[in-house]
Amino acid sequence: MTFTELIDPAAIELSHEEVQRYSRHLIMPEVGMAGQKKLKAASILLIGAGGLGSPLAMYLAAAGIGRLGLVDYDVVDYTNLQRQIIHGTRDVGRSKLESARERILDINPHVQVDGYEVPLTSANAMEIIEPYDIVIDGTDNFPTRYLTNDACVILGKPNVYGSIFRFEGQASVFYAKEGPCYRCLFPEPPPPGLVPSCAEGGVLGVLPGTIGAIQATEAIKLIIGQGDPLIGRLLLYDALGMTFDEVYLRKNPDCPVCGPNPTITELIDYEQFCGMPAHDRSLYATAGGNGTDVPQIAPLALNRRLDAGDELQIVDVREPHEWEISNLENLGAFLIPQNEILEHLGELDMTRDIIVMCRSGARSANVIRELQKHGFKRLLNLEGGINEWAREVDETLPIY
Amino acid sequence: MTKIRIPTPLRLYTEGQSSVSVSGTTVGEALSDLTQKYPDLQQHLYDGEKLRSFVNVFLNSEDVRHIHGEKTAVTPNDTLMIIPSIAGGRPRIEEESL
Repeated sequence: MTFTELIDPAAIELSHEEVQRYSRHLIMPEVGMAGQKKLKAASILLIGAGGLGSPLAMYLAAAGIGRLGLVDYDVVDYTNLQRQIIHGTRDVGRSKLESARERILDINPHVQVDGYEVPLTSANAMEIIEPYDIVIDGTDNFPTRYLTNDACVILGKPNVYGSIFRFEGQASVFYAKEGPCYRCLFPEPPPPGLVPSCAEGGVLGVLPGTIGAIQATEAIKLIIGQGDPLIGRLLLYDALGMTFDEVYLRKNPDCPVCGPNPTITELIDYEQFCGMPAHDRSLYATAGGNGTDVPQIAPLALNRRLDAGDELQIVDVREPHEWEISNLENLGAFLIPQNEILEHLGELDMTRDIIVMCRSGARSANVIRELQKHGFKRLLNLEGGINEWAREVDETLPIY
Repeated sequence: MTKIRIPTPLRLYTEGQSSVSVSGTTVGEALSDLTQKYPDLQQHLYDGEKLRSFVNVFLNSEDVRHIHGEKTAVTPNDTLMIIPSIAGGRPRIEEESL
């Protein structure tokens, strides 16, 4: 493979301590001293230090990669700990980058860790990616995936891809010099309305471990030049069925970025391309997507009206398994999941104000827009959903 | 009957089924039988008459776009897989940031 020629291990030495540390690699002929020196000479950029980034960073550090770059601007929070095993309970509230760096250096102090505490954007991606041999995509959103892909194609870098959803994962190596890129498989992102929403989201905590470990394996194989890389193959993992399938990918001759006549030769506006924001610091807002176009009521205002004895109807449009986590049943709330609302119009009282609520306010805004089409007028969206209610009004409720 | 593997994001529209048996002699007919069984899938797979560009259909291990598209012949022993684009398990960002 041509790729391994990029890394010159000639000038690399391993100390006695390193020889001992990497002994189980060195005694395998596929790695040996030459392969281990290549790993030490190599540099890998991890986009995201979250679910996929956690096992990636830990295994790549342990394997002796010389330089690891991490791009993440987030802060560790409790909801991360179920899967982001590089961070611990004591790290909650800390920068993910600092927490990850500490863990990496504890695993292997010989690794150089470069941190980029910024969102990856079209303005900084080329500069951040350029100094690395391999890029590993561990992001959680479409705009950053297309951005990472295009930058890698333009810069000629292999992009080790992994993606997870609920119990299902995908992995591949997109390396346009030798095979297809992400856009050859997915020329366009799904429109925002067809992207799974909160009600369908979630991820099995172990899943990023499985997929991240596959990505780490692929990166190491590329560096030492052994085995068959996942170039031109997409691996599909179903944790519930416990099956691995693979399908063959081909270069798309009409690919706008890696085809023979590319129309995308520099980075574009990926949030506009995908019609969705890439990160929560984004200035990009999808029209109406944040619920500010529907009438709202703040939790404290709702609480005052309930205290004053106002006759309100409170409709919770989450899923039954979310109702089990927290609900306002004691205040008269009742459950009609979002997708069933049209079948239960008869239960809604047009003569009273109807409060519609969900987890954090987006689904309930959608339901309100739908109900408005059916002639309902006295509708109010609970701002920030039950999580905001838990923060402002009732601290006995959990936040999820 | 030809089997169609349904990816997680679309199982919401197939009553949770991960695999559906369909009839038809081409990829197009098989998909049409699928959307007749589960009409809610129609808008997720098709934009009017056309298969949506982000919907990837593989016959056994090959992308049907590289065979004969929806005209590709299928037999009862074949497996069709619909491969979705997935980005991660976080809730939709605009909901998250509210």
